Amino acid sequence: MTSINRRGLLAGLGALGAGACSDLHKNETAQDAFRTAEEWHRAAHRMLAVRERLAPEYAPHERSPDIRGNGSLTVDSPFYREQLASGFPAWRLAVSGLVRTPLSLSLEDIRALPQRTQITRHDCVEGWSAIAEWRGPQLGSLLDAAGLAPEANFIVFRCADELYGRAYYESIDLVDAYHPQTIIAHELNGAPLPEKNGAPLRMRIERHLGYKHAKYLTAIEAVASLDDIGAGKGGFWEDLAGYQWYAGI
Amino acid sequence: MKRHALSTRLWHWINAGALIILFMSGLTISNAHRWLYWGDYGFDPGDAWLNVMRFPGWLTLPARYNLAAARDWHNTAAWVFALGLLIIWVAMLANGHFRRDLATGQRDWRLGAWRAALASHRSKGHDHARAPYNALQKIAYGAVFGVMLPLMVATGLAMSPGFEPAAPWLVDALGGRQSARSLHFITTWALVGFAIGHVLLTLISGPLHLIGTMLHGGTREGART
Repeated sequence: MTSINRRGLLAGLGALGAGACSDLHKNETAQDAFRTAEEWHRAAHRMLAVRERLAPEYAPHERSPDIRGNGSLTVDSPFYREQLASGFPAWRLAVSGLVRTPLSLSLEDIRALPQRTQITRHDCVEGWSAIAEWRGPQLGSLLDAAGLAPEANFIVFRCADELYGRAYYESIDLVDAYHPQTIIAHELNGAPLPEKNGAPLRMRIERHLGYKHAKYLTAIEAVASLDDIGAGKGGFWEDLAGYQWYAGI
Repeated sequence: MKRHALSTRLWHWINAGALIILFMSGLTISNAHRWLYWGDYGFDPGDAWLNVMRFPGWLTLPARYNLAAARDWHNTAAWVFALGLLIIWVAMLANGHFRRDLATGQRDWRLGAWRAALASHRSKGHDHARAPYNALQKIAYGAVFGVMLPLMVATGLAMSPGFEPAAPWLVDALGGRQSARSLHFITTWALVGFAIGHVLLTLISGPLHLIGTMLHGGTREGART
């Protein structure tokens, strides 16, 4: 648990009083208060829900008719088009970084691993929700197979898609990485993952909002720090627009 | 004896600030997806029970649409609001404010008591600052403290995917995540309605004196200070 900056919060509460100023959120004190509040939310959730508590799972008849595609809806490259048309025979998922044995897995390798099937709710940061069945191996089993080094603190997800000219990526800590419902999904509602939902592979990190669930997955990288990845905030939307790295709220 | 305890006065103004920030940043969050649904899921405007207007920039925080910043404001002010509500409830129970001024008895639920409450507001020379709360005030404040404000916390928590595994029963009790989101929106406007009435009644009944008592406390008995 990261230490909580109490002075930052107190100073920030003072700044809250002047909320009418619309650019105040760029103020350093306000930013301190925001990060402290985010950290408190994460700490409170971890304290209340402990590591293994599951997100709710639903019955097949409770699924929504569709699961909306959002953000990137495809990957704009000839390689992707060709792979999509032929069932992704040459797609590889790398497991790299701070691991003893880096892996490079085909879709066939991934389907051969022990699978978890879960009907869960997808909550977008915009406010909407959809329910669907996802299937794939647990991230934890992949990390164990690769042998996670003790220095590893975060897992970074590399993606094939680009938005606004930047590569999409995301990251989570090891508690979420080893959560039983954190899976690398290759099926949605019993069929191969559709293009708009991240074919051929996407993350499911069920205790987080949708932008953490990286689509068009190409690599899983174990790192000690997020500082040198992208702009250092731990994810595409975090870097681009200041979205919260902890997306459990 | 002070009419308003220090805890009441501090909470009143801190809470007012937090609610204004929550309201304005909440309108930005509403603008991010302007449809409300009942049940666990909802993403198709065709399934919505309400198509919410797009709130203009002069009402939202920040003024220019920025969902990430609005969520920062909202989720930070939420701590102030929720912890403040918890503290004021403990204080109201401990210092007798709840039992003495807010708890209703059987007689507060009679039509006669409501007529008397309205009549006393119309009569001139009635000293609002010193009289105990009438039946309608008790019911209004009781609904705010006992139902609406706690419901804002509960429906807010129920929308958090990180909190839900700790208390899945809460989301179920509220009818699912999208129902919780709808109730959060409805209760917001109920509170806005209360706030408008609250400010209007203050303006009618001697604003300077009433705002003064909420700042320095005023006196419960004897002459005005």
